[in-house]
Amino acid sequence: MSRYTAITPADLDAMLAVIGVGSVQEIFDRQIPQAVRLGRELDLPHGLGEQDVYEHLRALAERNTSTEDELSFLGAGMYDHYVPALIDMLTERSEFLTPYTPYQPEISQGGLQVMFEYQTAISELTGLPVSNASAYEGPSALAAAGYLAKLHNGGGRFVASAGLHPHALQTLRTNAHGYGMDVVEVGLTGGITDPEEWAAAIDGDTSAAFFAQPNFYGAVEDAAALSAAAKGAAGDGAKPPVVVAQVDPISLGVLRSPGECGVDVAVGEGQPLGNRLDFGGPSFGLFAAREEYLRRMPGRIAGETVDVDGRRGFVLTLQTREQHIRREKATSNICTAQALNALAGVVYLAWLGRRGFVELGELLLARTHYARETLALLTGVEPLHDRPVIREFAVRLDVDVAAVKRRCASEGVNPGVDLHALSGREADRGGLLVAITERRTRADIDRLAAVLALAMAAERDSAATEAVTV
Amino acid sequence: MSTTPLQRDRATTIFQKGAPGRRAFVCPAPEVPEVDPETLLPAGFRRAQEPRLPELSEPEIVRHYVGLSKRNFDLDSGFYPLGSCTMKHNPRLHERTAALPGHARLHPLQDPERAQGALELMWNLQGALAEISGLPNVSLQPSAGSHGELAGVLLTRAYHEDRGETRHKVLTPDTAHGTNPATVTMAGLDVIKVATNQDGGVDVEDLRAKADGDVACLMLTNPNTLGLFDPNIAEIAEIVHAVGATLYYDGANLNAVMGLSRPGDMGFDIVHFNLHKSFTQPHGGGGPGSGPIAVSERVAPFLPVPVVVRLKDGAFDLDHERPKSIGRLRGFHGNYGCFVRAYAYICSLGADGLRDASETAVLNANYLLARLKQRGVAEYLPLAYGELCMHEFVLSGGPMKQALQIKTLDLAKRLLDFGFHPPTVYFPLLVEEALMVEPTETETKETLDSFAEAIAAILSEAAEDPEIARGAPYTTPVRRLDEVAAAKRPVIRQAL
Repeated sequence: MSRYTAITPADLDAMLAVIGVGSVQEIFDRQIPQAVRLGRELDLPHGLGEQDVYEHLRALAERNTSTEDELSFLGAGMYDHYVPALIDMLTERSEFLTPYTPYQPEISQGGLQVMFEYQTAISELTGLPVSNASAYEGPSALAAAGYLAKLHNGGGRFVASAGLHPHALQTLRTNAHGYGMDVVEVGLTGGITDPEEWAAAIDGDTSAAFFAQPNFYGAVEDAAALSAAAKGAAGDGAKPPVVVAQVDPISLGVLRSPGECGVDVAVGEGQPLGNRLDFGGPSFGLFAAREEYLRRMPGRIAGETVDVDGRRGFVLTLQTREQHIRREKATSNICTAQALNALAGVVYLAWLGRRGFVELGELLLARTHYARETLALLTGVEPLHDRPVIREFAVRLDVDVAAVKRRCASEGVNPGVDLHALSGREADRGGLLVAITERRTRADIDRLAAVLALAMAAERDSAATEAVTV
Repeated sequence: MSTTPLQRDRATTIFQKGAPGRRAFVCPAPEVPEVDPETLLPAGFRRAQEPRLPELSEPEIVRHYVGLSKRNFDLDSGFYPLGSCTMKHNPRLHERTAALPGHARLHPLQDPERAQGALELMWNLQGALAEISGLPNVSLQPSAGSHGELAGVLLTRAYHEDRGETRHKVLTPDTAHGTNPATVTMAGLDVIKVATNQDGGVDVEDLRAKADGDVACLMLTNPNTLGLFDPNIAEIAEIVHAVGATLYYDGANLNAVMGLSRPGDMGFDIVHFNLHKSFTQPHGGGGPGSGPIAVSERVAPFLPVPVVVRLKDGAFDLDHERPKSIGRLRGFHGNYGCFVRAYAYICSLGADGLRDASETAVLNANYLLARLKQRGVAEYLPLAYGELCMHEFVLSGGPMKQALQIKTLDLAKRLLDFGFHPPTVYFPLLVEEALMVEPTETETKETLDSFAEAIAAILSEAAEDPEIARGAPYTTPVRRLDEVAAAKRPVIRQAL
């Protein structure tokens, strides 16, 4: 018996007798050829007791600087929002935590109804009528939208704005290479997708056109104009590209919805909705579309129906799209959704509520604006663009970002994401991406400005000293 | 039969509850100088009508979702022998450790030097998975098993392209999980099916005939979806390698062989792990999962970025500079929260415990199979192939359908009334009326006995009156649902 098993020696004897073998080894000997048996113990440590495992994992946790340990302005796709306590309580309930995918709907109505409610909420946020029950996470959801577009109109190329999150762009490229598509990148002007370059890049062979709203640099794009331009650019007689927007769901209380802006498919990282950071996952990806794409959607979808007694109920539906039925003709290989993370998402939206969701958006707008104005007053700090921002903004520092970040860290402040380190783009050198959540107060923002100013001054001094020494 | 309280609940959604003006969230004050809204966000970008989200108090929200939770069956409530899904106990220690702020509230873009604990954990997990699989190079990035499969097929493609070859065929047995062929198509390659022999293994002659210079890869599950270890695995690997193709191991059934036999030693080049199966990440009612991959040296240069590395000074870092890499498969570094749980599990069990887990899983499956036979079930539900099994077995409901006029579906639905989650049904496809049973190692002998009794009871009940099973279930929150109507006219959101 080891941890979590329960077969006593007496059980074992009785069980072997029923099976009709002399030992467990015999069961293996009769099935696995000796040539592929390991024949030794795995080279791993011996098992530990619960208390020892806890202490080991706690010691590892203590070597990480979390958002509880410093004043963090990190964002770029995942954000340190406050997660209400009721989400912990609900996601830890056995009934939500421990089932598998709801293959038996009669005993899975709770989970299926959560999916149905989640789909309703995502449709409301995006202004698009159909949502799946969640995708893995943001960037792979964007790549999945590309595959939908390829199936839908069969064009040979994708056009993608450089304003997409770099991870989304890279994920799209990895996937597109697989099914033989080129990705053409469109640059930014003044912080947003260059409208002329965008229209020029899209042709009749373009399967999909992708942009982010707000974009990676925090700027609000003219989503309606980009959608309209993409549809007009395909040319007469050609199938227009599927317009895909990567959205930040938290912005959708104040921003015009993708549906209103003419977007066909909205995807995005769901983490800001009630999910913890978890060093990048698990979270969920949202995926919503216009009605005409319903039968090409990837992933699970819950639908309403009735039982034999006429009671309302829910099932996984449109399964003829899926891998277990259609196999090589499936619209996606996705089997696992992110049900527990999507539950956290819909509970979070219910907790914020209709008014609260908008108020939170307004709060972020006001504080983010204040933070940008405040930092812009510092010597050597210049906003990267003057576009409206929702919850995040980019500035350029006249000193080395990594060095400044190290100096700030010693003061307990993490001023944001080093843009160049994340994107690898030469143009992003000196760039700092600063994210604001409701957990960052005005006092926190003022402290960021003070610490950043001192760190930059110190860095300039030390650079000057070095120059003199040289 | 009278209705239960849960059946009287009419499945009202949260959008149909509450009242205008109710709320749970109190928004913090902005504290910053007021600015003209037009300056913050011009009207043209602003939303005219706010999303119609629910309006409820916190107590109402809690009651609603706790109420919904009671309409779910779950692993903590009862036996869940869902074949191929490895529904073993989910230790709560893992939830506690994953929730520690140093793990749960760590931002993925924290500077690596201040995330050393997380990177060390990932490094240790990579090492453990390499040892368990016998394949030395690990990427933790894929989000689930199917995502790991996509990574594996893209790696295979990159490997061949790097050698200047374009190979477009991927061989999969007809017993394969549906994700295998679906993945192949998404990676731009073609599926070629390989037949199953009379013993339930790969038809080696068919494989030999189809293995040619256009074959990129063979995707295999071993033990396969019939619960059988393929005794010809060495020969299969030899045939595949002889034509220059790679061998992919679908790790869904790894729970049968941990510490006993390793995919790397069987000749596989690429394996994916389902951390939500063998390594007991709770599946959350359909995710999250996590699907790391381990690969041989020849495939390693193509692994997705980033990979956790250990520097000369002993510090850990994320390596993004891998020129031959297929690139990224998702944002950030993978499902770290799942890594914490899987790592805690590996630490708890250790080498001896992992082997014991697999041995006990195989013991339990064989005992349940034999016990069913002892109870006279085999006459109606014979084992589809073989005599013994690995960690799961597949029965055929064909004779039951003939003799008792009930289908596998009816049996499954009647099991719900007995308080059990049914096995996987109608998979694999080549077994008539298939019933795929995976008890896992964490169940007691008593539980296995009671499940065998329930099956026997349902069969004898059906011999008396098949209508009972055909009308089942009776005691669940809803009874059989009309899936055809749901698909014909899809209603996938609440009308508002």
